[in-house]
Amino acid sequence: MIEFHSVRKQFPDGTLAVEDFSLVLPSRKTTVFVGSSGSGKTTLLRMINRMVDPSSGVIEIDGADTSSLEPVALRRRIGYVMQNSGLLPHFKVIDNVATVPVLSGLPKKQAREQALALLDTVGLDRALADRYPSQLSGGQQQRVGVARGLAANPNILLMDEPFGAVDPIVRAELQVELIRLQRELDKTVVFVTHDIDEAFLLGDQVVILETGGRIAQVGSPTEILSAPANEFVASFIGADKGKRALSIRKTPTGDVLVDSEGRAAGVLVKSSEAP
Amino acid sequence: MNLFLDGIAWLFDPAHYGGANGIDTRVGEHLAISGLVLLIAAVIAIPLGFVIGHTGKGRFLVIALSGGVRALPTLGFIAVLALGIGIGLEAPLIALVVLAIPSILAGAYSGFEAVDRRTIDAARSVGMTEWQVVTKVELPLGLPLLIGGLRSAALQVIATATLADYVGGGGLGHFIFLGQQTQDYPQMLAGSILVVVLALLSEAVFSIVQRLVVPAGVTAGRPKDARVRSSRPRVATGS
Repeated sequence: MIEFHSVRKQFPDGTLAVEDFSLVLPSRKTTVFVGSSGSGKTTLLRMINRMVDPSSGVIEIDGADTSSLEPVALRRRIGYVMQNSGLLPHFKVIDNVATVPVLSGLPKKQAREQALALLDTVGLDRALADRYPSQLSGGQQQRVGVARGLAANPNILLMDEPFGAVDPIVRAELQVELIRLQRELDKTVVFVTHDIDEAFLLGDQVVILETGGRIAQVGSPTEILSAPANEFVASFIGADKGKRALSIRKTPTGDVLVDSEGRAAGVLVKSSEAP
Repeated sequence: MNLFLDGIAWLFDPAHYGGANGIDTRVGEHLAISGLVLLIAAVIAIPLGFVIGHTGKGRFLVIALSGGVRALPTLGFIAVLALGIGIGLEAPLIALVVLAIPSILAGAYSGFEAVDRRTIDAARSVGMTEWQVVTKVELPLGLPLLIGGLRSAALQVIATATLADYVGGGGLGHFIFLGQQTQDYPQMLAGSILVVVLALLSEAVFSIVQRLVVPAGVTAGRPKDARVRSSRPRVATGS
């Protein structure tokens, strides 16, 4: 469990990234921070593993104040996956995945064996183990990034727009993959994105942020969609237009759902047939 | 052309080998002086360049140093130093170290600076200590540019080390100064040729080393892998 208590972050250059943020992130669930640029979502994420230290307030992981923990040790037990994979260009895939266990003192051979198994977990061919990151596609690099994040078998996985730089088809693939992984591994995932669709797809708890890390609304995707807290949330999630604002249109051959433009978007089925 | 041939002939005259003023001895001295100078300059400049590159602080120092010191006339500097500390190797050593530092400093610093900020941030995020970030990421990725700095420093030092003998420091300058004083132009020319050959050799060696130290992953897969951004934002603000 990760808890934010009245966390505030002002950078030395005066930028107020987070004003006053309090929230509990439940264990073994995916919490998604979603907001536009300047909403402080990345700063919030980076405060969890002390890449950024709060100006005031307390962040607790399982009851322990993170400011009392040594940053390097803390980071090694928290998985971190970032945009553009953040792989070390001069390390082979296998060594990138094994980075953290090797840093923590695991013998190289053992770390590499574990890393090979992790390649399977994230759906990568073991034949890629001896390649360098620059020889992989963007989607493959992200998978390696996820494997590295999982290498130390952390309870917490931080993901900073991990699928932001890959094309939509690969992104959809990776999102499905992440849902599968989360079902298998049961980690506490903190995910940052500016894509509301991604947030609703992946999040158990979705946190919609306004400028300065102000919480516009917290809830499950269902709660947010069914009852947007205010106009900001409604317009951010696009509840009033496009494919989120569906209405039933009766036609001679049966009922269809149409979007705000009047285009057919789907049909209503009984909930027992829908997963 | 005759003079040039005479110079070459002078080089191959067996009488000019062996003894304190033999070509072999002087070449050895010249290399020893240059090597020592590079070593001292590297010990001073590399850690300093790394600190500047790693922290991003003190960049102005590099710029001021490389501009200012390059304008310093080395011969004059040697003469002034020699007046202070006397004839011998010390004065030219100091002057040459001062000459070599800016190039090495710039190489070390720019090597660090050229490493993608995001790579460094990632390394820190997964739990590398500052020291591990330096040794496992910044150093290997910045090494080609550091070697480049050493390469240009070596070239300057080898060419300028001829001045060492002006105050009795030894090296290939002996042939040039002696040739000039005795109007033995073939000898003077032979000395110059030797310096040129040493300089070219050093270029060749360093260019090979520079190729060898490029980390495998950086060249693998993409032949024209351009180094991405070198900007160093101080803090990542929330986005």
